Amino acid sequence: MSSTDMIAPTSGWRQLQFFFDSKLHVRLESIIVLVVLGVAMSVLSPYFLSVSNFLNILLATSTIGVLAIGTTLILCSGGLDLSIGSILGLAGVVGAYFCVELEWPWFMAIVGALGAGAFAGFVNGQFITRLRIPAFIVTLGMLGIARGIGLIIAPNGGAIYGLPGPVIYLGQGRPLGIPSPVIILAIAAVLSHYLLAYSRFGWHTLAIGDNESAARATGISVESLRRKLYTISGMMAGLAGLIFMARVNAGDPTAGYTYELTAITAAIIGGTSLFGGKGSILGAVIGALIMGVLQNGLNLLAVQSYYQQIAIGAVLILAVYIDQLQTGKEKKA
Amino acid sequence: MSLLQISGVNKHFGAVQVLNGVDLTVEAGTVVGLVGDNGAGKSTLMKTITGIYAVDGGDVQFSGESLIGVAPGARRQRGIEMIYQDLALCKQQDVAANIFLGREPVKWAFGFLPGFVDKARMDEDALKMIARLGARIPSIHRPVGMFSGGQQQTVAIARALTFNPKLVIMDEPTAALAVREVESVLKLIRQMRDEGIAVILISHRLNDVFEVTDRIVVLRQGRIEADLQTRKTQMREVVSYIVGAH
Ligand SMILES: Nc1ncnc2c1ncn2[C@@H]1O[C@H](COP(=O)(O)OP(=O)(O)O)[C@@H](O)[C@H]1O
Ligand SMILES: [Mg+2]
Repeated sequence: MSSTDMIAPTSGWRQLQFFFDSKLHVRLESIIVLVVLGVAMSVLSPYFLSVSNFLNILLATSTIGVLAIGTTLILCSGGLDLSIGSILGLAGVVGAYFCVELEWPWFMAIVGALGAGAFAGFVNGQFITRLRIPAFIVTLGMLGIARGIGLIIAPNGGAIYGLPGPVIYLGQGRPLGIPSPVIILAIAAVLSHYLLAYSRFGWHTLAIGDNESAARATGISVESLRRKLYTISGMMAGLAGLIFMARVNAGDPTAGYTYELTAITAAIIGGTSLFGGKGSILGAVIGALIMGVLQNGLNLLAVQSYYQQIAIGAVLILAVYIDQLQTGKEKKA
Repeated sequence: MSLLQISGVNKHFGAVQVLNGVDLTVEAGTVVGLVGDNGAGKSTLMKTITGIYAVDGGDVQFSGESLIGVAPGARRQRGIEMIYQDLALCKQQDVAANIFLGREPVKWAFGFLPGFVDKARMDEDALKMIARLGARIPSIHRPVGMFSGGQQQTVAIARALTFNPKLVIMDEPTAALAVREVESVLKLIRQMRDEGIAVILISHRLNDVFEVTDRIVVLRQGRIEADLQTRKTQMREVVSYIVGAH
């Protein structure tokens, strides 16, 4: 072996970390946190370890999981999207409006939800890249705008009920015994994992999050890439809105309230850096599962939901702190 | 026809006129040293060649074609590479990702899934390139931010040389290097000249500049102050042009 050949990282632990990181594109630590949390919950609650409870967790995770996937792509690029929770609500209302109020065919619910989400994300991207307004501000503005539009479209600001059967199936159906939302999450995860870990699109996304001017100097069209990413993030929020709407059988304009908090937390405990340049789609799903197990466990232990909000917020701050320590090490000159 | 022909280039940032009607030609297979005080405009001039900055006036021609309005990526494709003063590396990505940034080769996975980045091939080529540069890098799979300054420099140089450039611009490439590493960069520059590649070397180390260049161009306050044959000048003369005492 020549001196430039890869030298195996020293300790066994390091080696294992390296293997998970570079071959499986997921952080070993995230998996360990999930397992430890699962073991703790099954000790604390006799109801935790059951197939039906696991399916419950997966089902509850699917919405946040889809949001966390879009969030992961955005964070990898060094961006931020705070509007996804509101876009989720808007998408559900638009989808329901199309097939209930307008009585268009059922599949227009899908077109409406995904289209509304993608359009909101597209608008985010335009403002961020063309007018050079910080993503934090643009998507915070969109958080208000999307929520407001959803409330205007919904009659009297209330939910739109009575979705057609095929749409409901997307939320409540169980092909092969697996809840449809879980299948949708799995498909979205596989496609996005390919996108981030194996495609040039994903590599460029990481590059612009890592060092934007360096990426630009090599010829990557940074602005156009960012516009695509915000559109994808919006579309993912639209997909989450579709799932949510189908599950509860209603286009609810208040749906997805504070979900951005949970989704960003899930992405970061999944090993994605808030500062860009590093991230994992599988990690986002694992992060969403961690949030799901946490919520499910706290529910089983009859902890009030206010405390759950506190727990999520605390986990987010802790996760970013750890991320900061880690990124500080890697970004040093 | 010269490989690179810069004529009457102007550039300002806000109220500051950084480049004032700069003319400069570079022939294939020659090494040109570009020297001048801090803030003389050297880096800015080079960035008008790579397309990072658009010129306010004047023209930049490469192989007889104007580069005005051509994007940085397209200029790289035509054979212009630059090793930036700050290296312009993505510190959290590994060696192959940095060397192939923006030009990643793709393959079909399992024979039918398109668009997969060909990591194995990139790693292989990266290893070859590092070896050719005679450098030592502990592991090409580590984020480059974990490397020493000299090792990072190697990665930046490897990126500039991997795609058969015609013109390589080096902005202070030896500033962060140890003596032994400086020697290998100078050797590399001579090797590039022998292969017919044109090199523009920006350096404060006049000894190095005298050692490898054919011409020395002095930039002072955004103007070309002198354009000298290295063989026919001396350190004293160059310094006097740099400080404006000639
Ligand atoms: N992006 C920029 N915006 C504003 N001023 C700049 C920018 N880049 C360079 N300058 C100014 O242009 C002048 C020349 O800078 P530079 O080209 O970096 O000089 P050199 O490389 O010769 O040291 C300096 O006064 C610097 O402050
Ligand atoms: Mg400079």
